[in-house]
Amino acid sequence: MSSATDALPEIGSIEPNRHGYRTFTLGSFGFSRDEYFAHVTWPKGHHLLPVDAFLRALQRDIAWGFFYGIVNFDTVIGTVNHYGSVDLFAGRFNAHYKKAGLDHVERFKTPLIQRVFEAMLEDWTNATFDPFASPQETGSAFGPKNGSNKRAITRHRVTAKRMVAAPGDEPVRTDENGFPVNRAFRDVPQDQPHITAEPGFEDEVVAFNLFAYLSRSDVTWNPSIVSVCKASLYCPTTEEYVLPVIHGNDRVEWFVQLSDEIQWEVEDRETGAVRARVTMRAGDVAAMPADIRHRGFSPKRSMLLVWENASPGLPQLYASGTMPPTPVQF
Amino acid sequence: MEHRGTRFGSLAHYEKGGVEVINDDARNYVFSNLFEVASKSKPYEKVAVGKNIEYVIEAIRAEGTSSWRAPAQDEFALVMDGEVEIRLLKLDNPGVVPAGAHGSIGLPGTPAGRAMGVVRARRGHMTLLPAGAAYQFHAARPGVMLLQTLAGPDTIERWAEICQTARRPNA
Ligand SMILES: [Fe+2]
Repeated sequence: MSSATDALPEIGSIEPNRHGYRTFTLGSFGFSRDEYFAHVTWPKGHHLLPVDAFLRALQRDIAWGFFYGIVNFDTVIGTVNHYGSVDLFAGRFNAHYKKAGLDHVERFKTPLIQRVFEAMLEDWTNATFDPFASPQETGSAFGPKNGSNKRAITRHRVTAKRMVAAPGDEPVRTDENGFPVNRAFRDVPQDQPHITAEPGFEDEVVAFNLFAYLSRSDVTWNPSIVSVCKASLYCPTTEEYVLPVIHGNDRVEWFVQLSDEIQWEVEDRETGAVRARVTMRAGDVAAMPADIRHRGFSPKRSMLLVWENASPGLPQLYASGTMPPTPVQF
Repeated sequence: MEHRGTRFGSLAHYEKGGVEVINDDARNYVFSNLFEVASKSKPYEKVAVGKNIEYVIEAIRAEGTSSWRAPAQDEFALVMDGEVEIRLLKLDNPGVVPAGAHGSIGLPGTPAGRAMGVVRARRGHMTLLPAGAAYQFHAARPGVMLLQTLAGPDTIERWAEICQTARRPNA
C-alpha cells in the first residue's frame, strides 16, 4: 500500500460469465456477479454481498466521488477517500478480520478506481433496476443479465455554487423539467416565496421552496449541495428504507431532520462496536462525531438536511488528534 | 395503500427523538430540537444548534421586527415554521462590516442604502442573505428560522441547556 496504483489494466473481462456479466479486477481484488450476489475476492479471503445492496452502495460511492471518509458497503468491503487516491479494503474496519490477519487494503488513484467502479455498475445494473430509487420504486436487480439502465446510473449530481435558484446556478425542480412530486410527498405545499425585487436587484433577491424542491427528488440517500456558506455546505437529501452504505466519518457531520423520522445505528468507526442509537424527528438536530460510523433507517420517505464542513485540512486534524472527535464540549 | 402524511415540526407541535446510549456519552451527539430551542428563546436570539469549527447553524425565533444586520459573507435563512418577511438593503458603505468579521454584525437604526427588495417566506422557503447587503426580519406571529452562517459576536451557545445529557431521551 506504499504507492497508489495508477497503471490502467483491462477494465474488465471481455467475455461475460455464464450469467451474462463481466468480471472485474482492481489490483489483487476481483469482482464478479451471479444472479443474486456480488462476489469479492482478495489474496486472503472472499466475500459476497446481495447484488441489489452492492449496486446501491456502488452507486453512492461513485456519485459522491467516494464521499467524506469511509464508505462501508457492508461490515467487510468498502473504500476510504484520501482525496486524490482511494483505499479499497476488505476487513479493514472489522475487528475480527483484523485480529485474524485477514484484512486487506490497496490504494488506487481516484480516476482508476472510479473508472472500474463505473464500468462494473453499468454492466451489472439491469434494465429493471434503479440503484438510486427506493425499493418500492424500482424493479429487480436479480437474475441473469437483462439490458442496462444508463439513464438511472448517470444522473446529474446537484452541486450548487451559491444556492439553488440563484442566477446561473442549479435550477429548481418542476414537472416540466422532469421532477414530479414524489408519491410520499403529495401533501407537501408547492408554494413559492413571494419575492419583490427593486429594479437592478433581481439577481440578488433570491429565494426558493426547499421543501417543495426535496419533495420532487427522484432519488434516495443522495446528499446534494443546495447552499454554500464558504466551506459550510447544506446537503439535503430524501431518505427511504435503509442507507445503502455504512458511512465512516473523517470529520464531524451534522444532521437536521426536516420531516418525518430516521433512526441511526452508530458504531465505532474502527471496530464496528455499537455505541448508540439516535432517533431523529422533525426539528431534531444532532452531530455525528468524527470517530464513528452510522447507518440510517427511514420507515417513510423523509427529508434530511446533511450539513458538512468541506474544509480540506479537516481529516488530518482529526486523524492526528489535534481536534477532538466531537464538535462541542459542554 | 395507506396514506401517511408528511410530518413537519412547528413551535406548537414537535415530537422530539433522542439518543439511546449503548456504550457512549449522549453529549457526543449534541442532540437538540430547534423548535424546542426557539420556544424558549427571546425574539431573534441567535442560538447555535450546530457548530462545526467556525461554522454554525442557528435556531432563531422570529417574532416582531428584528434589528438590521449585515452578513460578512452570504448567509441562508430557512423558515421552519410561520411566515417571515425578509427586507434587504444594499449598503451604501459595505465597510460597516469590518474586514475579517465572521457571521453577521448588528447595525444601529436603519443603515444607509438602497432598498433591494422583500421576500415573504413561509415554511420550507430558503432565502439568500447576500454579502454586501443588510437584512431585517419581520414576523407578525412567532415563527422559526434556521440560519446557515459562521459564529459571530451575537451567536449564543447554551449547549448544556438545549442538549440531551442523560443516557436516554427525556430522562
Ligand atoms: Fe454520513
